[in-house]
Amino acid sequence: MSGTTVIRTEGLTKQFGRMTVVDGLDLEVHEGDLFGFLGPNGSGKTTTVRMLLGLVFATAGRVELLGREMPAHASAVLPHVGALVEGPGFYPDRSGRRNLALIDAAGPAGPTGPAGPTGPAGRRGSRKDRRDRIEEALERVGLAAVGRRPVKGYSTGMRQRLGLAGALLRRPRLLVLDEPTNGLDPQGIREVRTLLVELAQAGTTVFVSSHLLAEVEAFCDRAAIVHRGRLVAQDRVESLLAPTGTMWVETPDVEMATAVVSGLDGPSVEGEDRPDGLRIWLDGMPPEELNARFVGSGVRVRELVRERLSLEEVFIRLTGETTRVDR
Amino acid sequence: MLTVELSKLVTRTRTWVTIAVLAGLPCVVAVFLKVTGVGPRPGEGPAFLSQVLNNGTLYPAAALALILPVFLPVSVAVVAGDAVAGEAAVGTLRYLLIRPVGRARLLLAKLVTVTLFIFLAVVVVAVIGFLVGAALFGVRPVASVSGTSLGAQDVTFRLLVTVAYVAVSMLGVGAIALFSSVLTDSPLAAALGALAALVASQVLDLVDAAASVRPYLPTHYWLAFVDLFRTPVLWRNVDRGFAVQAVYIAAFLGGAWAYFSTKDINS
Repeated sequence: MSGTTVIRTEGLTKQFGRMTVVDGLDLEVHEGDLFGFLGPNGSGKTTTVRMLLGLVFATAGRVELLGREMPAHASAVLPHVGALVEGPGFYPDRSGRRNLALIDAAGPAGPTGPAGPTGPAGRRGSRKDRRDRIEEALERVGLAAVGRRPVKGYSTGMRQRLGLAGALLRRPRLLVLDEPTNGLDPQGIREVRTLLVELAQAGTTVFVSSHLLAEVEAFCDRAAIVHRGRLVAQDRVESLLAPTGTMWVETPDVEMATAVVSGLDGPSVEGEDRPDGLRIWLDGMPPEELNARFVGSGVRVRELVRERLSLEEVFIRLTGETTRVDR
Repeated sequence: MLTVELSKLVTRTRTWVTIAVLAGLPCVVAVFLKVTGVGPRPGEGPAFLSQVLNNGTLYPAAALALILPVFLPVSVAVVAGDAVAGEAAVGTLRYLLIRPVGRARLLLAKLVTVTLFIFLAVVVVAVIGFLVGAALFGVRPVASVSGTSLGAQDVTFRLLVTVAYVAVSMLGVGAIALFSSVLTDSPLAAALGALAALVASQVLDLVDAAASVRPYLPTHYWLAFVDLFRTPVLWRNVDRGFAVQAVYIAAFLGGAWAYFSTKDINS
């Protein structure tokens, strides 16, 4: 991945009346990132997404998309961007294909510049080109077999897939997806995740907003956490989930192990007694060092794990609140 | 964008049902007139109806006069009110804008579509009015409202100006409805908002105390096209009608553009 910045916001702020919905947000998303934008409902995620796309105008601060200022350069930037904003939107009386054809034909013919990482964005092209593009998008989201029935007969999951197909239609360099797995069943969620990972591997930058910590934890490589419109953390997911300094050692020789630890300067046993192992506060000792001591003293180690916080716990730690009420 | 909008208009069932209903009312009236032979006394009732019993030539004008007070403005308000608010309501507005379709372009495409709908409706009603009038009442040389007789070419010209005049009057309605359509995300509210403005205008038009604003009301000159069938043509009110509508169209479209181009799209 090159380090090019695909999304950059500086001090992005939005007030609706006297309410500050987004407050001085600084985001940086690099090319090829699978970026999770995490926060409870009502934390300003959707408003931020709308500001990125030029639907809502910022009160203060700036947005740069693909290196160009938004919304001033919307007509140059947006042809390279596919998006799903707060659920899909379709003409209910028309079929999925017809809906995609209408949205495809509505916009500009498409950029004629250099090809994007996933192939040329393409001109509007011949009738066949357009049909192929629509079929390809439907295929990718698993809707290839969908018939001529109107969208109003679709299930929530099918609509969500069709929305994704719409976002993929122009083979975008950047995908901005607001809660993309909403309404999908577990199978559908897995398929969408696989699809997003594939797209990211092919070079598409994917920005996913979500209130589901598990979702971001499962497949994003970088994440920002927002709370009440403010950025509380932005880092690689691995770093956010950094080891806590505690280690779990599973061993049949619990007593011997406890004796070894109490002979050490610093580390100590934590938590209640358990027959199958022990939790150890490392106090800065490298895990491999501790393991060497165990092995040297004849303690048989079955498993040795550095404990990490889940994103949920990170979130609670950072905001001092649970997300439960908001969910 | 324009092609997409036009294709949405012509492939939408509502468009054709509305036009069928608009054209249907004058047909029903014509049948009643034919069967009963009872016309309104001259000078009373809807314009032209007293004349058409013996001569169907002016029935297109009569048909337009029948639908002008309520039917036509209601359907124009519904179509124009739906233009932007309807997209917002089903969630397609945001996807059009990020496609991207520029806001001014979107509004322009909607305006052209509304204009086309209006002309389509008015022309269809006029043509059907002529066919029905000719079939039921026959086509004879026309005596003008003033009593002199008019040549066929002359009548055709006056009917064409009538069609244009009614269409421009409705464009005024369309502009008001398009304006309210960018204000709200509810197509119903947008249409009702425009109709409320028209009803208010019609009420004020009847209140003598409001006589000073009468000439500026959007509905005041709607029926002025009757003057086109006098000899010589009495252009004064028709001209004023065109001028008043031009002002309304410019003002409300300008307002719609100004508001829409800086609006936060939260639909």
